[in-house]
Amino acid sequence: MVKHYEISGTDFANAGEASSDFKAMLKKIGVPTDVIRKVSIAMYEAEINTVIHGQGGYCDAELQPDRVIITFTDNGPGIEDIERAMQAGYSTATDEIRNLGFGAGMGLPNIKKYTDDMQIESEVGKGTTVVLTIKLFK
Amino acid sequence: MYFHSVSLDSDKCHGCTNCVKGCPTEAIRVRDGKARIIKERCIDCGECIRICPYHAKISITDPRMLTKEYKYNIIMTAPSFYGQFPGITDVNVILTGLKKLGFDEVYEVARGAEYVTAATTVMMRNGMLTKPAISSACPVINRLISIRFPDLIDNIVKLISPMEVAAEHTRREAIQKTGLDNKDIGVFFITPCPAKMTSIRTYMFLEEPVINGAFSVNDMYAELLPVLKTIDKPEKIARASIKGILWGRGGGESAGVPTPSVIHADGIGNAVKILEQLENGNIDADFVELCSCPGGCVGGPLNVENPFVAASRMENMIVADNEAYPLMGLNIDDMLWRKDLEPVYIMRLDDNFLVAMEKMQEIERIYETLPKLDCGACGSPSCRTKAEDIVRGVTSDKDCIVKMREEMMRLLKKEKESADEGI
Repeated sequence: MVKHYEISGTDFANAGEASSDFKAMLKKIGVPTDVIRKVSIAMYEAEINTVIHGQGGYCDAELQPDRVIITFTDNGPGIEDIERAMQAGYSTATDEIRNLGFGAGMGLPNIKKYTDDMQIESEVGKGTTVVLTIKLFK
Repeated sequence: MYFHSVSLDSDKCHGCTNCVKGCPTEAIRVRDGKARIIKERCIDCGECIRICPYHAKISITDPRMLTKEYKYNIIMTAPSFYGQFPGITDVNVILTGLKKLGFDEVYEVARGAEYVTAATTVMMRNGMLTKPAISSACPVINRLISIRFPDLIDNIVKLISPMEVAAEHTRREAIQKTGLDNKDIGVFFITPCPAKMTSIRTYMFLEEPVINGAFSVNDMYAELLPVLKTIDKPEKIARASIKGILWGRGGGESAGVPTPSVIHADGIGNAVKILEQLENGNIDADFVELCSCPGGCVGGPLNVENPFVAASRMENMIVADNEAYPLMGLNIDDMLWRKDLEPVYIMRLDDNFLVAMEKMQEIERIYETLPKLDCGACGSPSCRTKAEDIVRGVTSDKDCIVKMREEMMRLLKKEKESADEGI
């Protein structure tokens, strides 16, 4: 089953709503708690990224019998150098965003750490798509 | 299996949905015109007691007569109790007053709180805590975590509560002093909340109960107030310092933890938000203090005084000189949980994961057919929960008044059309 979420680009106050909603659903279905924790952390980080860097977009979160696949799509500026963006501590966030406590350059590395697979497709000037996969069972 | 202090006075219940909508675990439904508590979900937070305009939600506590069953009775005061009495700023006056009511001994839970602070300090310094460490003092928060945030159980500081520490201390002291049998000693607590009452009866983290009962602040207040006015020269009983006493209001516990990296939140809604964020891994703190009641224990639904007034009074209390009563024989092993907190998967739709997935799809489908007004008139707290209740098989969509109205309009229109055709 798939849940679709619209993510507003400037709405810092409500960032995290999609991950909260999806998390609540996984709990009711009885997805193992360690998987829920991974999904929560990875999905929250990716959602924040969509707000900060992607200038908003949407998210499709799908639960399959053996895995969770979450796709974030934005129409933001795109990532110039994906390899560099993956490095811990590297960030292109503005001072304004850093002042809000975001943009420490740990977003993407953290997402990778908590997922079984992460695919990024990005085109400068067009936008970015991030696909996260988390397996339900070892 | 379940004991809950929170219960319903059916005669007073009007069947309105104030409590249904205010419940943090969606544990109440109105059925057949009365509020029904789903006992497996209730965490005894007392939100419904606060919210009910007809005072139909009540907290069951013990009758005062219970002390007659014991040869030696000890009464324990919660720190928040000290803030309840207008014009009284000396803790000894309150403690002396309780003795005048016939109790053989008075023991301060604030003293137990000092022991818990000391133990938490040692555990934190020795790396025995999973950070962010969550306080275990509020029984509602423990239950909330076991039901809604089982993944955070490991973060809880696995120490028994100040009330239980205090009870074990005073019981030991009393046995030594009187030579009586354990069973002849009654230890009682004056409780500001239904959750403490429940935790006394269910003694979640202990092998056996250490407290024999609890009286509500409200009941004790009426009895104690006139006595307090007669006390000129109070006995010197108080041993707890201001640090222990301020546990009675939000932020008091975290002030004693040896790190500046603390977060404190009170009010169940605020606590839920912090737990959500902890689960998302985006709270960076060493220690998190969560209190279910607004303002901390002073906000307990069984208290008499306004919580903000009570908190201010407590801050200005004349208390014991802490230097005169150092903590003796701190033994952390004695204070650890004897049983672990078990996750409770009561929110799950089905034990079988694939069946639960199908049910969730069905919920989504039904939800789309509901008006999404969350009016609560059907007795469920929201349209989403209504959809869930339908799939769980406990209700039908027949009692949705919005859908009923639509159906009525459709029938009227149809009738009118066939009448028009008739002309």
